[in-house]
Amino acid sequence: MVTDRAGDAGIATRVAALEEILVEKGYVDPAALDEIIATYEHDVGPRNGARVVARAWTDPGYRERLLADATAAIAELGYGGRQGEHMVALENTPQVHHLVVCTLCSCYPWPVLGLPPTWYKSAAYRSRAVIDPRGVLADFGVTLADGTRIAVHDSTAEVRYLVVPMRPPGTDGLDEDALAGLVTRDSMIGTGLALAPGEVRG
Amino acid sequence: MNGAADLGGMMGFGPVVPEPEDHRFDAGWQRRALALTLAMGAAGRWSIDEGRHARESIPPPEYLTSSYYAIWVRALEDLLVAHGLVTRAELAAGRADGPGEPVRVLRAGDVRAALAAGTPYSRQVASSARFAAGQRVRARVMNPAGHTRLPRYVRGRTGTVVTVHGAHVLPDSNARGAGESPQWLYQVRFDARELWGEDADPASTVDVDAWESYLEPA
Repeated sequence: MVTDRAGDAGIATRVAALEEILVEKGYVDPAALDEIIATYEHDVGPRNGARVVARAWTDPGYRERLLADATAAIAELGYGGRQGEHMVALENTPQVHHLVVCTLCSCYPWPVLGLPPTWYKSAAYRSRAVIDPRGVLADFGVTLADGTRIAVHDSTAEVRYLVVPMRPPGTDGLDEDALAGLVTRDSMIGTGLALAPGEVRG
Repeated sequence: MNGAADLGGMMGFGPVVPEPEDHRFDAGWQRRALALTLAMGAAGRWSIDEGRHARESIPPPEYLTSSYYAIWVRALEDLLVAHGLVTRAELAAGRADGPGEPVRVLRAGDVRAALAAGTPYSRQVASSARFAAGQRVRARVMNPAGHTRLPRYVRGRTGTVVTVHGAHVLPDSNARGAGESPQWLYQVRFDARELWGEDADPASTVDVDAWESYLEPA
């Protein structure tokens, strides 16, 4: 698959015409379209997941509930719904690093991470994450300690996975908000690690 | 089906290109494509499984050379035509020839609640689960012409049940409008070497979620 920067000449016109047809037919409410876009462009995104992770880092009881029933624990913070109906949290440790992919399409935990990034939907990621996960991590500049097992999770059903990255060293004095700032989207997919204090989120 | 969407293990697509976290869309039409797809999904004429089948049914040369939102647009057009909601002539002309069929219209005021509610896929079934955590299972060798969620790269391979998720709607059946036919769903772990051979990372594993009819005892 190509990126949209690379082509799709004429598709803007085609989509505009499609919208016009569907509105004329009475199938869609244009204001509803605006509302859907606003939801995922401004409100639902990876800062939700970062709050979940930061809470798990600071509250052992919450961490336990998250690992036992992620859907319910995530709902405690007010997140849930479409493409997050059946959540499972995967906790990274020095022994195991989790990596989430959807080889068949683009399944992704929307309520906690928002819409998937372009690369998550790309043929490059979907094809390689399962056969060459270390190579994929290298594309993101991530090298794991020797002996770390990579556990790849292919989202082939309606279960959605959230990776809980390891809490970085030197963060004992930070509160939940500051910790959430260290939790990147990629670290919750498994293609990144949580930032060290002072590192800037991309 | 063995379509272009079943990409696991293919080679030659080049490196993965990271993207900043605040990047959402490349172009305005992608916003509308997303919203149209979700809004028409809410109309209730097809399931998410049928939607996925429409995307995987796009001929491989087109699928592999289209961007992801372009795949969504093509699939949406195909679904609208297949369900008699829009004609090919209307799509070609870019305007409606007449009034539409009655559908459930998602209104702006209902969007937030609908997205927050979601659509749970877990169901109660009368049978008990055939497999238990720790059990060895083999993914069946099967090549259905219709929708399935068993990727080609695990077919015929042996793994271990990690978790019994509960019973979920079976996409293979639901995608063709043949009912939800819920089945037990399992998280199954495969060693990378079982999937990819001796050169694979001995410390890596790949888990898939597989419905009971995808599996047999090993």
